[in-house]
Amino acid sequence: MNFLLHAPILQIVVPLLVAPLIILLRNRHIAWGLAMASTLATFLFTLHLFLTVNETGEAIIYELGNWPAPIGIVYVIDVANAYVLPLIAGVSAIATFAARGLVNAEIDIRDHSLFYAAWMLTIAGMLGQVATGDAFNIFVFLEISSLSAYALVAIGAGNDRRALPAAFNYLILGTIGATFYVIGVGLLYMVTGTLNLVDIAQRLPAIGDTHTGFAALAFISLGMFLKMALFPLHFWLVPAYSYAPSVVSALMAATATKVSVYVLIRILFGVFGVDFPGMDSLLGVVLLGLGVAGALIGTVAAITETDLKRLFAQSSIAQLGYMAIGLGLATKSGLAATFINLFNHALIKGAIFLALGAIAAQLGRVTMSNIQGAAKQIPMTIAAILFGGMALIGLPLTAGFISKLYLLRAILEEGAWVVAVFTVMSSILALIYVWKIIEVAYLNDRPKGAPVLTETPAQWISAWVLVAATIYFGVQAEIIVDAAFSAADLFIGGNQ
Amino acid sequence: MSELILALLFLPLLAAVTTLLFRETPNIRDGASIGIGVLTAICSIQLFEMVQAGQSETLVLFAFAPGLSIGFTPEPLGALFALVAGCLWPLATLYSVGYMRGAKEKNHTRFFTFYAIAIHAAMGIALADGLITLFIFYEILTFSTYPLVAHKGNADAKSSGRIYLGILVTTSVTMLLLGIIAVWAIGGDLTFREGGVLADHLDPRFAPILLALFAFGIGKAALMPFHKWLPAAMVAPTPVSALLHAVAVVKAGVFSVLKVVIYIFGTDFLLETRASEWLIWIACFTIIAASLVAMSKTNLKARLAYSTISQLSYIVLGAAIASSIAVQGAALHIAMHAAGKITLFFCAGAIYVAHHYSDIKDMDGLGRRMPITFACFALGALSIIGIPPLGGSWSKFMLMMGALDAEHVFVIFVLMASSLLNLYYLGQPVIRAFFAQNTGETGFSEAPVAMLIPLVITAGMTVGLFFYADYFILSFKGVTP
Repeated sequence: MNFLLHAPILQIVVPLLVAPLIILLRNRHIAWGLAMASTLATFLFTLHLFLTVNETGEAIIYELGNWPAPIGIVYVIDVANAYVLPLIAGVSAIATFAARGLVNAEIDIRDHSLFYAAWMLTIAGMLGQVATGDAFNIFVFLEISSLSAYALVAIGAGNDRRALPAAFNYLILGTIGATFYVIGVGLLYMVTGTLNLVDIAQRLPAIGDTHTGFAALAFISLGMFLKMALFPLHFWLVPAYSYAPSVVSALMAATATKVSVYVLIRILFGVFGVDFPGMDSLLGVVLLGLGVAGALIGTVAAITETDLKRLFAQSSIAQLGYMAIGLGLATKSGLAATFINLFNHALIKGAIFLALGAIAAQLGRVTMSNIQGAAKQIPMTIAAILFGGMALIGLPLTAGFISKLYLLRAILEEGAWVVAVFTVMSSILALIYVWKIIEVAYLNDRPKGAPVLTETPAQWISAWVLVAATIYFGVQAEIIVDAAFSAADLFIGGNQ
Repeated sequence: MSELILALLFLPLLAAVTTLLFRETPNIRDGASIGIGVLTAICSIQLFEMVQAGQSETLVLFAFAPGLSIGFTPEPLGALFALVAGCLWPLATLYSVGYMRGAKEKNHTRFFTFYAIAIHAAMGIALADGLITLFIFYEILTFSTYPLVAHKGNADAKSSGRIYLGILVTTSVTMLLLGIIAVWAIGGDLTFREGGVLADHLDPRFAPILLALFAFGIGKAALMPFHKWLPAAMVAPTPVSALLHAVAVVKAGVFSVLKVVIYIFGTDFLLETRASEWLIWIACFTIIAASLVAMSKTNLKARLAYSTISQLSYIVLGAAIASSIAVQGAALHIAMHAAGKITLFFCAGAIYVAHHYSDIKDMDGLGRRMPITFACFALGALSIIGIPPLGGSWSKFMLMMGALDAEHVFVIFVLMASSLLNLYYLGQPVIRAFFAQNTGETGFSEAPVAMLIPLVITAGMTVGLFFYADYFILSFKGVTP
C-alpha cells in the first residue's frame, strides 16, 4: 500500500492531529473512540516499520516535505528505533483501552476531552522523539510530550490535591532537563553547524577534544539523566507517578522514561560515540556508579513504601538503574541488555500499574492495608500484580528473567564482579516487597467492614494483555533478544 | 527414548490434572494418582536401563532465546535420580492417601496437585540438558513445594514457609544464577558436557569462588550455613517430608551439585587445580555439626531432618573429593539414602497417625505395639548408619575408598565418627521402643494398611539395595577412573 511509505510520519501526525480534533468535538465518547482508533493505527504503522526494517536490514530515511538532509528534517527509522516505536505505540494503545474505565472513575466528566487531547499529545511527542533524526526536533517533541504530561499529572488533583505539587515539581525539573538538552544541542550546532544527528556524528571527530564539545556532552547527558529519572535526579518521578490519574501512571511508568533512555542512547552512542573524549568516565564511572546506586537505593526505598503506586515507582528507579548499568558497560552486550530491559520493563510496569489502577479506581489509593485479603475478591487483578512482581524479581519464564540474564552476562563478560553482586542483591531485595504484597493480598483474610472489591473482565483485560506479553517474551525471547542485539550493533559494531 | 523423557516429565503433570478433575470423588482422584505413579515408575526403570546400556538422546522442547533452550538429555546420574524419584513417588502417594485420611488433614486436592507438580519439577531437574533448564525446574520445585510446606495454614506453617521460600529463593536467585551466568560468560556454553565446559576457559584462581556460588547457591543441598530451611520444612505433613524433603527436593540439590562438578567443572579440572578442597572441609563440618544437632533434638522429625542435612553432605563431600570412586559413591548414596530416609519418615508418620506421638520420649515401649513399623525403622536406620547387609554400607564404603584415593585420610575419620553419631541418634528411638518399659496401654495397634505397605516395601529396598548395588553403580564418561 502506497500510503504506508509515509508510515514514519503518519505514526506521529495521526495522534498529533487527533488531539485538536478531540478538543473541537468536545464529546467524551468520541474522544475515547478517536484516541483508541488513532493509537491502534499508530501501533500498526510502527509494526509495519519494525517489520520492514528488520526484513530489509536497512534504515528507512523519510525526508519531510521532500527536503533532503542538511536543509530539511529527516526521520530515520533504523533497527534501533524501529524496535522502540512499536513498544511505545503498543503500550499506548493498551493503556488507551484501559483509559475508558479508569478515566470515568477518576476524572471529572467535564475534563475528559481535555484529558484525551493531552493524552494524544504525550503519545505523539514520545513517538516523535524516537523517530526523528534531528537533534532540535527531538527537543520539540520532548517538550510536546512533557508539557502535556505535566497537565496529565495535574488532572489527578481531582482525586488528591497532592497531584498539584507533584505536577509542579515535575514541570520544574522536566523543564530544567529539557533546557539542559537544548543548551547542549546549541553548543553542538555551534561547533558543527548542523542539527542532523548523522551529520553531527560525522563532524564531531574533527572537532576533537574541545571544551565546547565536552560541555555539550555534559549538558545533554545531564538533561537526559533528569528526564529518565536516573538516581539521584529521580525525585520528581515518585510523586508524579503516584498522584497522577492511574492510567497516566501506567502510561508514564511504561513508556516515558524509556523514551528518554532511548534518546540518551541515540545521542551518547549514535552521535558522540564511545571514543569521544570523556566518554569513558561518563559511562564507566558516572552511569555505572549511579546505576548501581539507583538499583540498590530504589529497591530499598520500595521495601519501605506502603503505598503500592509509590512502591512500584521506587522500583522503577531501580530498574532505570539496571538500564544505566547496561549503558555504563559500554559494550555491545551491555547496550543490548539495556534494550532488552527497556522493552521488558515497559511491559511489566505497564501491567502492574494498570492492575493497580483497577483497584485505585475503587479505593482511591492502593495501600498494603486496604488490599488485605483482596485476592479472594479480585483474583485476576491481584494475580496480574503478582505476575508483574515475579517478573520484576526476574523469576524464570518471565520477561524479567531474560532481562536479568543478559544484563548479568554483559556485566560478567567485563569481569565486573562487584557490579554483578550489587545487581543480584538488588534483585533479591525486590523479593521482599513482592512477598509483602503476596502475604497481604493472599494469605490474610479481608477484614470485616472493608469495602468489597469487584472486578470485571473489562477492568483486568488490559493488564492481562501485558502480563501475557511478559510471559510470552519470557518464553519466546528470541525476537526481542535478536532485535536488541542488532540495535546495539548499530551503535557499537565490531567488538564481540 | 524421547517418548520416555516426555512421559517422565508429563505423567506427573497429568496426575496433577486428574487430581483437579476428580476432586469430588477422592477414591478415583487418589487411585488415578497412584496408577499414573506406577506408570511413571515403569518409565523411569526403562529409561535407566537404556541409559545404563549406553544410549543417549537429546530432546529440545523449545528455544526461548538465542542459545538458550529447554532441553533434556538423560545421562547415568540423571537417569538414576529420575529412577529414585519415579519409583518412590507411587509408594509415597499410596502412603499419603493413608496419612492424609488418617491424620484428618484438609485440602487433599491441593496437596496431591502440588505433590505431583513437585515430581514433575524433579524430573525436569533430573533430565535437564544444561544449567538453564536445570535452574528453571529448580525454581518450579521451590515454588510448588511452598504450598505443601505451609499446608496447615496456621501461623507456624506460614512463618516456616517464609523461611523455606526465603532461603531457597535467595540462595538460588543470588548465588546460583550468578554462577550460571558466570559460566555462560566464561565458558560460552551452558550445556552439560563430558569433562566439563570450563577447563580451558576459567582461570584456576577463580575456580573456588565459582564453585562456592554453586555449592551454596544450590540451597537445596542444605550445606551449612544455608540449611535452616530443611528443619523449617518439617512443619509440612509427613508424606511431604518423606518424599520431598528426604528424596526429591534435597536430592535435587545434591544432584545439581554433582552435575555441576562432573559436567560443568569436570572432575579432572577440580582435581588438578584443587579448587574443591575447601568444600571438603565445609562438607565434613556439616556432616559432624548436623549430627550433633540431631542428637539434641527429641522431636523425631526434627532429628530426621538434621540427619538428612548430615547425609546430604556425604554426597557434597563425594563431589568435592572429585575422584572417580568418590563421585560414584556420591551418586550411589543418592539412591541408598533415599530408600533409608523415606522409610524412616514413613515410620515417623505412621507413629503420628496411629498414636499422635512425635516426640521420642513418648515412644518408650511402642515397639511392642507397632512391631512392623519399628522393625522397618530399624532397617532404615541401620542402612543410613551404613551397616551391612544394608544398602547404605556400599555408598559409604565407596566414599571412604574415594577419599583414600585422593589422599584425604581425615575424611575417613569424619565418616567413621559420623557413623557412630548416627548409631546413637537413630538407634536410640528403636532401642527405647523395643526395650524401654511403657506405662500406658498395650496391644497391637499399627497404622492403616495404606501406610504400612509402602514402608515395608521401602524397608525391603534397603536390604535389596545391598545385594543389587552394582546395578546402580554408574560409569561416568569424562571422569578419569
